[in-house]
Amino acid sequence: MKINQMKTAEKRLMKGNEALAHAAISAGCRFYAGYPITPQNEVSEYMSLHMPKCGGVFIQAEAELSAINMLFGAASAGVRCMTSSSSPGIALKQEGISYIAAAELPCVIANVVRGGPGLGNIRASQADYFMSVKGGGHGDYKVIVLAPSNLQETYDLTMNAFDYADYYRNPVLILMDGIVGQMVESVELKEYKPILNLPSKDSWILGGCKNREPHVIKTLLLNPPDLLIKHNVHLKEKYEQIESELCLFNEYKTDDAEIIVAAYGISARVAKEAVDASRKKGIKSGLVQPITLWPFPKKAFKKYIGKDMLVVEMSNGQFIEDVMLSTECKANIHFLGHGGGWYPDTRQIVEKLIEIKNG
Amino acid sequence: MDKINSIRNVKMHYCDGCGHSIVHRLIAQVVDELGIREKTICSAPVGCSVLLYNYFNFDVIECAHGRVPSVMTAIKRCLPERFVLAYQGDGDLAAIGTTETIHTANRGENITVIFINNAIYGMTGGQMAPTTLTGQITTTTPHGRGKNFEGKPLRVCEMLATLDGPSYIERVAVDTSEGIKKTKEAVKNAFECQLKGKGYSFVEILSTCPSGWRTDIKSAFNFISDMKKCFPLGVFKDARNER
Repeated sequence: MKINQMKTAEKRLMKGNEALAHAAISAGCRFYAGYPITPQNEVSEYMSLHMPKCGGVFIQAEAELSAINMLFGAASAGVRCMTSSSSPGIALKQEGISYIAAAELPCVIANVVRGGPGLGNIRASQADYFMSVKGGGHGDYKVIVLAPSNLQETYDLTMNAFDYADYYRNPVLILMDGIVGQMVESVELKEYKPILNLPSKDSWILGGCKNREPHVIKTLLLNPPDLLIKHNVHLKEKYEQIESELCLFNEYKTDDAEIIVAAYGISARVAKEAVDASRKKGIKSGLVQPITLWPFPKKAFKKYIGKDMLVVEMSNGQFIEDVMLSTECKANIHFLGHGGGWYPDTRQIVEKLIEIKNG
Repeated sequence: MDKINSIRNVKMHYCDGCGHSIVHRLIAQVVDELGIREKTICSAPVGCSVLLYNYFNFDVIECAHGRVPSVMTAIKRCLPERFVLAYQGDGDLAAIGTTETIHTANRGENITVIFINNAIYGMTGGQMAPTTLTGQITTTTPHGRGKNFEGKPLRVCEMLATLDGPSYIERVAVDTSEGIKKTKEAVKNAFECQLKGKGYSFVEILSTCPSGWRTDIKSAFNFISDMKKCFPLGVFKDARNER
């Protein structure tokens, strides 16, 4: 997999949701459908203003189900497309995501996660980890999951997301949270350049059967009975290929670290600060931050078997299960986290690190 | 009969006396007559007609149950020069997908919806549909519809005709040779409505389902007469000249 470098352009002060929308349009997204839900409304608002300017389509859908199925249509027409929502809305989209994965259509979905379960609250949360990386909808399928921890990562990963989607013909989920979506910071705007050699869509897109046999996009595979089994084998092989090729993570001061903090998204950003603060107090800690949550960067964690690890996440404990699996349950894993819209702060993480160090 | 390019020369899986095969043939004839086969994209809805891509000789997309209008909306918006045909049954269009039906019509999307109303869920074995007649016995209305708060049959043409969005709404039936002729005309009007950029067109077709209704073929065609009492035929909206 060859990764090309992006060119540098201007810097702009933006909201996370705007950075997401801006990057999407820059990456050639020309279809957006969404339904209003806090804390991601700026995405739809930005798209409604800017999509028509570049000849794209913006639709405020009547329902989350409609929005995700509009993506099913737009992707079938060969157009780069995106929807966004927040937790309960993403839950509603899960059936559609299963269909899109089954039909192997490329699209990008952003989840600006809020507190749950139920209507929950509108504070940031990371409690949609399982729904994002373990399936969410029905059937055996996988969605590529990218987790930015700041606005620059949001911007860059959103651009890359469209390439991964097209390259693998698979939905890509950008797993943000209410803080990343709502906070404001400066973003270096970059000119889009594909990071992968993108395949032609001509062999499968719909558009009328001029000079070719009709194309059919379907997910019902009835006869012969092993047709669906074969399709599942094909999907499994594709997922294994993605697992072998796509593994993104950041490491911070891990070289001499005695305790490793594991965190993704906004938790990782707080944890990074906590690593510096703890070092001032004589605790050698380091941070491992997965960027791809599926595929999970197992190799980034495996080397810490036998070591002390602190998992920080804004949920009752979901991401921690993948950390445990990646370390074969042989690391000394400690946990700092709550569901329901709780945020970690630097002090809490440092205190926890002190507690771990003192045994 | 002349060869129709838009339909394949294969045996259909539909039961004897089923209206789907008649409607498929009419659609294919009109697509041929208008010369739009190579720019047509049609939906395959959940229900007995989910396999229609085995018969139609143009691009088809199979959609999740009820979501046909959303999928077709997006395709038409992305490819405005193509001919986009939403083929749907009564459960798909008027039960699980009612939201999409109303809002797509209300937006006046420039697509054509062909609505097969056979007052039953055929593929799943004959359960009550939103358009099942009052008193009609189905596997989930064993004492007849209306005895257990099922409500009355939903009249979709009448409902959509209250909206400003649609340009052409007609209800027809494929129970007689005259009805079949009329159905073909309605289908052609609807297709031309879209091709001329006039906006949303909708044709409801009262259609037979002898297997779902547990009747012989002759009785099935007679049952359409009962359906017409609840679902009167006619043009419910024609705003083509205003667009």
